[in-house]
Amino acid sequence: MGVSANAVLANVQRLYPNFFTLSPTQEAVLVVPLANLLETLTKLRQDPDLNFNFLMDLTIIDYLTHPVPRKTRFEVVYQLFALESAARLRVKAAVQQAESIQSVTGLWAAADWAEREAWEMYGLKFDGHTNLRRLLTHKDFVGYPLRKDYPAKKRQPLNDSDTLLEEMEQRLVFKGLKTVEVEG
Amino acid sequence: MMRVPGIEDKSPVLAEAVVPEFYQDLHTDLMFLNVGPSHPASHGTLRTFVALDGETIAAAVTEIGYLHRGFEKTCELRTYNQCIPYTDRLNYCSAILNNIGFAKAAERLMGVEITDRCKFVRVIVGEMMRVVDHLICIGTNLVDIGALSNFWFLYNKREQVYTILERLTGARLTNSFTRIGGLARDLYDGFEADTLAVLADIEKAAVNVQSLVAKNRIFVDRTQGICILTPERAISYGFTGPNLRATGVPLDLRKTQPYYHYDAFDFDIAVGSKGDTYDRIMVRFIEIEQSIRIIRQAIKMLPGGPINVDDKRVTLPGKADTYQNIEGLINHFKLIFEGVKAPVGEVYDATEAANGELGFYIVSDGSGYPYKVKCRPPCFYAFNAFHEMVEGHMIADLVATLGSINIIAGELER
Repeated sequence: MGVSANAVLANVQRLYPNFFTLSPTQEAVLVVPLANLLETLTKLRQDPDLNFNFLMDLTIIDYLTHPVPRKTRFEVVYQLFALESAARLRVKAAVQQAESIQSVTGLWAAADWAEREAWEMYGLKFDGHTNLRRLLTHKDFVGYPLRKDYPAKKRQPLNDSDTLLEEMEQRLVFKGLKTVEVEG
Repeated sequence: MMRVPGIEDKSPVLAEAVVPEFYQDLHTDLMFLNVGPSHPASHGTLRTFVALDGETIAAAVTEIGYLHRGFEKTCELRTYNQCIPYTDRLNYCSAILNNIGFAKAAERLMGVEITDRCKFVRVIVGEMMRVVDHLICIGTNLVDIGALSNFWFLYNKREQVYTILERLTGARLTNSFTRIGGLARDLYDGFEADTLAVLADIEKAAVNVQSLVAKNRIFVDRTQGICILTPERAISYGFTGPNLRATGVPLDLRKTQPYYHYDAFDFDIAVGSKGDTYDRIMVRFIEIEQSIRIIRQAIKMLPGGPINVDDKRVTLPGKADTYQNIEGLINHFKLIFEGVKAPVGEVYDATEAANGELGFYIVSDGSGYPYKVKCRPPCFYAFNAFHEMVEGHMIADLVATLGSINIIAGELER
């Protein structure tokens, strides 16, 4: 517990003076362009002075019916936490429906399921995620249920259970228990 | 900080050299097996698909979602106070801790400062829920390992706590005790005496169970050195709460970001040394003791005064006002139909729930209905690492580990 949260956040503010804001609830927020997102998150994770080693949560917001008009429909949100300083930081980036977000699974293992959930609920792709499959909803589910234009009462009866063989195969290859045959 | 007391290293039961030579030429294929989703030891409907080499798990993948019920979508169509019963069903072993987590986030978004008495009551009841949650976790975990008698020692005490909660909140399991700006009702007369009596019983039961298992050879063999997760991997996976502390990382939001006067109480953080199943269980035993310490101090310090904030925009008027006074009636009507309004904005607020950091990220559009609610359940990030933890261990270890990381499907899948 050497460094204080305020010192770390002051550091963040010094690094990104144009993107840093303090919300009315006194939370530190960093709103960055999508193009700089991965670079910023990598810096926040790997810089020893910042060291945000926890990805606490990841989600997407759909602003379709929000009364305050915005240029882009979606926003991706990361909640970061640094163990040593106990600093919390929220990183956000505006995303268009057609755009995809770069995966942060290389920085935090927690991003694996978090990105799968965000993708299945909002339909924004995460580039670089190796297993972007549905997690909480059924494998044959159609649509993105947390989007504002998905009706809450819509029902999809689905019965076929997932064999999980595809995912297992991927895992076996990863563990070196199965070799991939390369053609030619 | 309070460390799990160590036990001298056990001698290896079966050394590598004991494996007969002819086994080494025996080429066997991997066998695939579904563990769950419907099995008493799977603690809800969790499915793990494993590739077995003998009884050893070579590779594992998990499937979740059997209990997904759209908590977040539902909340978008409810007022803030109507969301609270839905939070009961997240971690249903400690419903009030979820109520507190949601109410605290919503109150921070609205800028509502709850009364001191309310804070203390939330601490007392919240810590009782933590004790109950750990009792359930340890009790069922020990049943999975084959130690049934411990279950009765612990579950009887849990029933006694539920009897108090029934008198206090009207429900045993899904309490819906908090309201935005306060609580559903104040403590009943005699609550303090009832609680102190049960706490003494729980202490006794916890000591009894610990004396049965802590140095029991079968238990130690089944849990020590099993399914270890290093602190680095645990942090990367976003582990929090007892599961993270078992790996030796002393992160507890009640200490690092004290809320509700937690800094005024004298208590220790329990940490483990190895991050194995044994540590995860023992950390919970210590946390039960520490929570009891907190409750005893909080009862002594409990201030008087109102339980709900005196703010007409947040708190319902008294029944006399509602029935006999037109302003009171309108006030009541507006709060029920339109809900407590939050300004346009957003908040992420976390509390230390029984399983770790329970966070709520709420986005408001200025109405009485949350525009978006995202719950950060501690289980979700713990179960993400499950396949990595069980690989290389045996099927029976998978069962013991699943119980020790305390996966609650209601919270995992929302």
